[in-house]
Amino acid sequence: MAEEVILLDFWSSPFGMRVRIALAEKGVKYEYREEDLRNKSPLLLQMNPVHKKIPVLIHNGKPICESLIAVQYVDEVWKDKSPLLPSDPYLRAQARFWADFIDKKIYDIGRKIWTTKGDEQEAAKKEFIEALKLLEGELGNKPYFGGESMGYVDVALIPFYSWFYAYETCGNFSIEPECPVLIAWAKRCLQKESVSKSLPDPQKVYEFVLVLKKKFGIE
Amino acid sequence: MAEEEVKVFRTWSSPFPLRVIWALKLKGVEFDTVYEDLSNKSPLLLQYNPVHKKVPVLLHNGKPICESLVILEYVDETWKQFPLLPQDPHERAKARFWAKFGDDKVFQSIVYGILFKQGKEQEEEIPRAMEILQHLEEELKGKKFFGGEKIGLVDLALGWLAYYLGIIEEVIGLKLIDQEKFPLLLQWIQEFSTAPIIQENWPPRDKLIAKFAASREAALARGLK
Repeated sequence: MAEEVILLDFWSSPFGMRVRIALAEKGVKYEYREEDLRNKSPLLLQMNPVHKKIPVLIHNGKPICESLIAVQYVDEVWKDKSPLLPSDPYLRAQARFWADFIDKKIYDIGRKIWTTKGDEQEAAKKEFIEALKLLEGELGNKPYFGGESMGYVDVALIPFYSWFYAYETCGNFSIEPECPVLIAWAKRCLQKESVSKSLPDPQKVYEFVLVLKKKFGIE
Repeated sequence: MAEEEVKVFRTWSSPFPLRVIWALKLKGVEFDTVYEDLSNKSPLLLQYNPVHKKVPVLLHNGKPICESLVILEYVDETWKQFPLLPQDPHERAKARFWAKFGDDKVFQSIVYGILFKQGKEQEEEIPRAMEILQHLEEELKGKKFFGGEKIGLVDLALGWLAYYLGIIEEVIGLKLIDQEKFPLLLQWIQEFSTAPIIQENWPPRDKLIAKFAASREAALARGLK
């Protein structure tokens, strides 16, 4: 049976990275299409008319929008390999809770770090470290949030690691001394090809952030 | 099997715990209710939801689950009668999409963008809110409920609209949706708000009006700082 899988994405999007990792974990062959976000393709506008955002996963012509929803979809459709969500309903709820926490905190607070300065930036840095420490607590001494193997929460969080260098440099701080366990976890994830091939070079992300800062007139 | 202990931590007014209550009652699950005063949170609430310190919390045999949409999926997976999500993965993804849209866009716009604002700021949000609600109107084409013939996850997620929208309209003195532009949404509001179980669990209307008016005043005062 011919399966057609297309991912509309943007190289530096942590949300797009989540779907890349999920597809790679499942060994799904797909076509990656880079979108120019200043000139969105007709396909993107057609497949995500509500938000007009990436990532959009298109499976046999049907779109799935919103990264965590797409990750769950991939987990449900290609269920025979590398399960991302556990089978126990309580553990699934815990995984969903932490993925939701990551969505509520990491992106927005991280964004504040590179778009603000002074007191606002200091407050964002503090909040960011606090959020990472909570996540460290949840990880405990497990190798992955998913336990012995990478799971839903690992996939939800690891893309942001490619933005840490940009946050650290813009915010003039270092994450590792505050969250050594989390950094160790991130490096462990990067040992996996599904992750290392899905994440961009942090230096390139930082350069991209500098371009954005200039564009938005942020010092 | 030992007695199942199911407890829902809620406030009398918040729409988010209502989702959980509807789900449990639709599935015929017996549960106890703990009413919280959010200005004086109980030690138990803080213990069960240390991260957000919010309602709802579902306690099932001593284990807490937090975040209403997470709780709905847990409830659906644990008690299989009256399924809230469809079986087909793409249909499930669509349902999750609309539930998230409700929280990220609809609630944000109507409560934070309109109820909690005034003057020009409020005026400017209204066309955005109309655009957002128009997506819901489109989604209802050919359907009685968002879930199809029966109430589903999306109906429970958006259900607050069916009662609280009217209350918000009264508090701000503005009608946001009309029969001409939103016939399907108004029909859904009628069907959902009077459906069995849903109908019996709405908080008292006049108390809600007073509470929302007070919340609006407080938000406007904060905004003027």
